[in-house]
Amino acid sequence: MTTVSSTLGRIVDGRQRRKSRWLFVIAVLLVLAAAIFALTLVLGQSFTPPGDILRMLLGETVPGTSFTVGQLRLPRAVLAALAGLSFGMGGVAFQIMLRNPLASPDIIGISSGASAAAVFAIVVLSMNGPAVSVVAVVAGLGVALMVYGLSFRNGVAGTRLILVGIGVSAMLESFIAYILSQAPAWSLQEAMRWLTGSLNGAQLGQALPLLVALALFGGLLLHKARDLDALRLGDDMAAALGVRVGQPRVVVMIAAVGMIASATAATGPIAFVAFLSGPIAARIVGNSGSLLLPSALVGAVLVLAGDYAGQFLLPSRYPVGVVTGALGAPYLIFLIIRVNRSGGSL
Amino acid sequence: MKADSLPTPRRWSAAGRSNRNRGLFLAGLLLVLGLLSALSVGVGTRDVALADVLAGLGGRLDSIGQAAVAVRIPRTALALLAGAALGLAGAIMQGVTRNPLADPGILGVNMGASLAVVVGVAWFDIASAQAYIWTAILGAGGAAVFVYVIGSLGRGGATPLKLALAGAATSVAFSSMVIAVVLPRNDIAGGIRSWQIGGVGGATFERILPVLPFLAAGFAIGLLSARKLNSLALGDELAAGLGERVALARAVASLGAILLCGATTAVCGPIGFLGLVVPHLSRLLVGVDHRWLLPFSAIGGACLLLAADIVGRIVARPAELDVGIVTAFIGAPFFIWIVRHQRVREL
Repeated sequence: MTTVSSTLGRIVDGRQRRKSRWLFVIAVLLVLAAAIFALTLVLGQSFTPPGDILRMLLGETVPGTSFTVGQLRLPRAVLAALAGLSFGMGGVAFQIMLRNPLASPDIIGISSGASAAAVFAIVVLSMNGPAVSVVAVVAGLGVALMVYGLSFRNGVAGTRLILVGIGVSAMLESFIAYILSQAPAWSLQEAMRWLTGSLNGAQLGQALPLLVALALFGGLLLHKARDLDALRLGDDMAAALGVRVGQPRVVVMIAAVGMIASATAATGPIAFVAFLSGPIAARIVGNSGSLLLPSALVGAVLVLAGDYAGQFLLPSRYPVGVVTGALGAPYLIFLIIRVNRSGGSL
Repeated sequence: MKADSLPTPRRWSAAGRSNRNRGLFLAGLLLVLGLLSALSVGVGTRDVALADVLAGLGGRLDSIGQAAVAVRIPRTALALLAGAALGLAGAIMQGVTRNPLADPGILGVNMGASLAVVVGVAWFDIASAQAYIWTAILGAGGAAVFVYVIGSLGRGGATPLKLALAGAATSVAFSSMVIAVVLPRNDIAGGIRSWQIGGVGGATFERILPVLPFLAAGFAIGLLSARKLNSLALGDELAAGLGERVALARAVASLGAILLCGATTAVCGPIGFLGLVVPHLSRLLVGVDHRWLLPFSAIGGACLLLAADIVGRIVARPAELDVGIVTAFIGAPFFIWIVRHQRVREL
């Protein structure tokens, strides 16, 4: 009797400990993201007193601040945060669903698909605003289905899916290069945005469709968080735990692609954020709870910090995608080494 | 028993290929090559009359058309050389790694050469053509060793999928580093695309000349290792049993491929997928005997790159499409097809 109650006690105890650790991680990440966000607003090429910013945010017109913060820094920071959240959450959803850190949307071609569609919509069809996001989401879904379908052969093997995705993304990147070569004025700025992601020239208007997509698809994903966590254990285990394996998978895929694609339509495929956020979050959170929210916050921190570093901390100005790309590239190689060495089949 | 008295391995060529057939294929391919070269000189952004083309070939520079032809001649020459080099390098790599997915682009070798050159230019101020080429070859070699080591870690050694994955990931990573290195340098940032996507536009004989010795060495080593590759195709144990020094054979053949890739990338930038497609198509024509396969891959590579370059000049008029974009369009579906359909095992 006593052993049973003590076992029960230990389980309850452990559950509470994990829960509080998870909450602690969330809180820390929130504070970190907020701090960098605030830093982006306050300190750029020049220092702006927080008081001025507050007054501006409350609707007053403050000479100088209204331009530097209101027109330049605020849209940039807002877009960075939203895009980071989207990439982080969408990326980890894919990684969990396919149970493979390499199966992130930016490696298997979904980001390039959304990017290609966005470039096509903007350059060739002269579209702008939310319509571009819609096109990007549809194209992202199309590419996801295509990659999945092409790698389907008696089930989808992880490695085959990734290699097919790499092939598809090579084609899509060629397509982007082709469209850019057709653009009336080829500018390095624009090209960088659609190839590695950049926040230069961010406008507050771009944030709205992204916010809507984030609320809609993010809500959907969080709603499915429990099923997704069960999927981490494998299809059979998830089914044994009462999850209908097929249905959440479709919902998760639509939601994740929706987030990734709408973020891509706004900022371009910011390199490796979707790929990095999940593993980083998993390292911090451990097995203490769902990865979706922590990964989204890690994504926001990465993009905010990457953009700030790219603008001010490095010897010359880089678009954010180059900074996150330089971070992600070695990790990608490291991951391959680790997986190969542990003898995993990937 | 001498190695050359062995029957050629015939897994792919079910009915066997008589040398007469292969000779016919060779003649046909050379004819195609000639036609494509003529087309490459005659076709481009600007329409040039036939008389002007002929006059331009004769070295006259009296009209714009003739001047255009004078620009197209070195371009055609470069496309021929680069295509042959990449086709041959692809065939060698597929033979050495016994991997149907091997290609200088997919295995990250070209991107390694590109990254090395970019780093050299941006940080070490290399400027001479010779320095470019040596740096590119070093980069190609480094990347090849790196990818092979990563891909062969763990159980099962260097399986095709592991190797391809390691190569593709390395390639993505290098490509990202190329941007990071080049972007802050305003003086070279404009050319950033040419170090990510290869092309043969803007070729001059002055730029082609310095790589010729390297390419020649690469071609020689590559073509001469055909017999060794045939032994390797039987498997390491059998090859060793036949008296082949397996490691040495691999190293020499790889050196040839690396010379070819490095030298090509130093002039053209990284061109992917060509070395994947060409050997597979050549194998369909002449079977798996490397003594035929290697020269066929070289000529086929030249044909394909010329064709891709001509297409790139036509589809995006008045702009031009870098040939690396076109080869990716052709090659990526092929790559997917191999990943999907072929039993991806050792060749």
